[in-house]
Amino acid sequence: MKYLPLIWAGLWRKPARTILTLLSVSVAFLLFGTLHGVIAGFDTGIEMLSDTRLRVQSRAGILTGLPLAHLPDIESVDGVAGLGYFAIFPSYFQVPLNPIAAGAVEMDRFFQGFPDVAISEEHQQAMKSNRMGAIIGEDLAIEHAWEIGDRVTLTSGFWAKEDGTRDWSFEIVGTYRFKGAGLPSNEFWFHYEYLDEARSRAKGTVHLYFVTIDDPLLAGRISADIDRLFINATYPTITENEKDWLRSRLDQIGNIEFFVNAIIGAVLFTLLFLTGNTMMQSVRERTPELAVLKTYGYSDVMIILLVLAEALILCVIAALLGLGMASLAFPSIFAGLGVGPIPLTLSVIVDGFAIAILLAVLSTVPPAWRAQRLNIVDALAGK
Amino acid sequence: MAPLLSITGLSKIYTRGKERLEVLKDVNLSVEEGEFLALMGPSGSGKTTLLNLIGGLDKPTAGRIEVGGEVITTLSQRQLTKWRARHVGFIFQFYNLLPVLSAARNVEVPLYLTNLSGAERRRRVAVALELVDLSDRASHKPAELSGGQQQRVAIARALVSDPNLLVCDEPTGDLDQDSTDSILDLLHSLNHDHGKTIIMVTHDPRAAERATMQIHLNKGLLGHKLEAIS
Repeated sequence: MKYLPLIWAGLWRKPARTILTLLSVSVAFLLFGTLHGVIAGFDTGIEMLSDTRLRVQSRAGILTGLPLAHLPDIESVDGVAGLGYFAIFPSYFQVPLNPIAAGAVEMDRFFQGFPDVAISEEHQQAMKSNRMGAIIGEDLAIEHAWEIGDRVTLTSGFWAKEDGTRDWSFEIVGTYRFKGAGLPSNEFWFHYEYLDEARSRAKGTVHLYFVTIDDPLLAGRISADIDRLFINATYPTITENEKDWLRSRLDQIGNIEFFVNAIIGAVLFTLLFLTGNTMMQSVRERTPELAVLKTYGYSDVMIILLVLAEALILCVIAALLGLGMASLAFPSIFAGLGVGPIPLTLSVIVDGFAIAILLAVLSTVPPAWRAQRLNIVDALAGK
Repeated sequence: MAPLLSITGLSKIYTRGKERLEVLKDVNLSVEEGEFLALMGPSGSGKTTLLNLIGGLDKPTAGRIEVGGEVITTLSQRQLTKWRARHVGFIFQFYNLLPVLSAARNVEVPLYLTNLSGAERRRRVAVALELVDLSDRASHKPAELSGGQQQRVAIARALVSDPNLLVCDEPTGDLDQDSTDSILDLLHSLNHDHGKTIIMVTHDPRAAERATMQIHLNKGLLGHKLEAIS
């Protein structure tokens, strides 16, 4: 610590250059934190999903309905502990630019299959006694300032009523949230019976079955058994657990991890030259000063350590700023993507600081080498 | 009494490509403790080279240098670095202060290498600045000081670790007459009142007159040692 004034003074020898370098490196770490955080965020999202819940949907696509008549067949598969179903209800509130993620469910089965959904007994009872009732996520309620007792009309381009109209009225009777932090509660759930009785087509169909199993190790076998049941049916099924489903969805977008890592790698590589150049300039300008330090007994190792300490302080402060900004911005970014306010994970922050230290060490090698090789007599003579 | 500095058969040859430049030739010199020696001579005579060798900044091609009973010509670079920190104070023509540090911090630089506590370091810095009459400029940066004041800070830095030998390379070469007189007074006082052994390279005969001994170098050869009349 006694050398800190010496290190600090060296760092601020050219304040403008130090500040500009600090900002450049900070922005790079902001980028690193955000991009690396996205990957970590996806992993967190996948981890938050259940591996004891399977999704059964049509092999032809999520919007292709499956007969509700499959219910007893799926229930009969060995290892199936519970079964719920869901019909997608693409709709909007007031204007098409205001979409609502809505779905029709059979409430008892649904809540049994999703024990991670927190909903009060009072709201469950209110739902059961109201045919037009709807349970909405707390985030959705906040977004639209909806309260219990409000009557809401959603318009669906996908589902028309038998009378040809597309406006569906509901009464909000309760709210839910997920017990674990991270997943957004922004969906709108209502009675499957209400949809099925009123819709003009595809009666008796659902889009998804949710299968609850007791042993995640049996997921593969149970999925295969379910799909085998309908292999020759009009609509064959595809069954996978929630984690695999999300993973395959992300893979469809492309190898995100590869692209993100490539961008991060390019940024860090550039950063290495930036900090290396700054340190090199700083050492070159201070050649006579370093010679004086050597004259007064500072060893080569000590000179290297002083230069390294400068680079470390610069990189670690920049990482602190960049990752700090990323931590503040990150939950909003994910919330904006509709995934939920996932915080920046600790592993990203730890990785960031490890990279900052590595960056400081690597960028110090050429200037430190130059500084320790300095010939005192030549340097004092200005050669 | 054994001399503080004893030089025997010292030579220094610089080689640049095929060119061989003998800067010092068979130099023999002895300096008693408490002496103030002015090393004079024309440019290129080898004064600064000799001073650098005495201060342990460079190594001779041949010969032997003994300071305070320690033969420094056989020391490794690492040992020489430690030796300099303990035994020699350096004063340069262009002060060579660290521009971003205050006067007090500049003076403290050699003490960072010691195991002294922060309080003790600050006490010694205050004493050194008091000695050069710059206590009221402790927090000033070098750019805020005059040339003479900067050289005083450099002298305080050279003194702060209490070395027995001060080597000065044209300490008044960049100063006006008033500042020169004041720096020479200070060096005289350090020698006369505090017993510091000083070896000073200078071009200035007036500066050399303040020394207790003068010696001339010419083309790498040492002249006779002359005791100052004053």
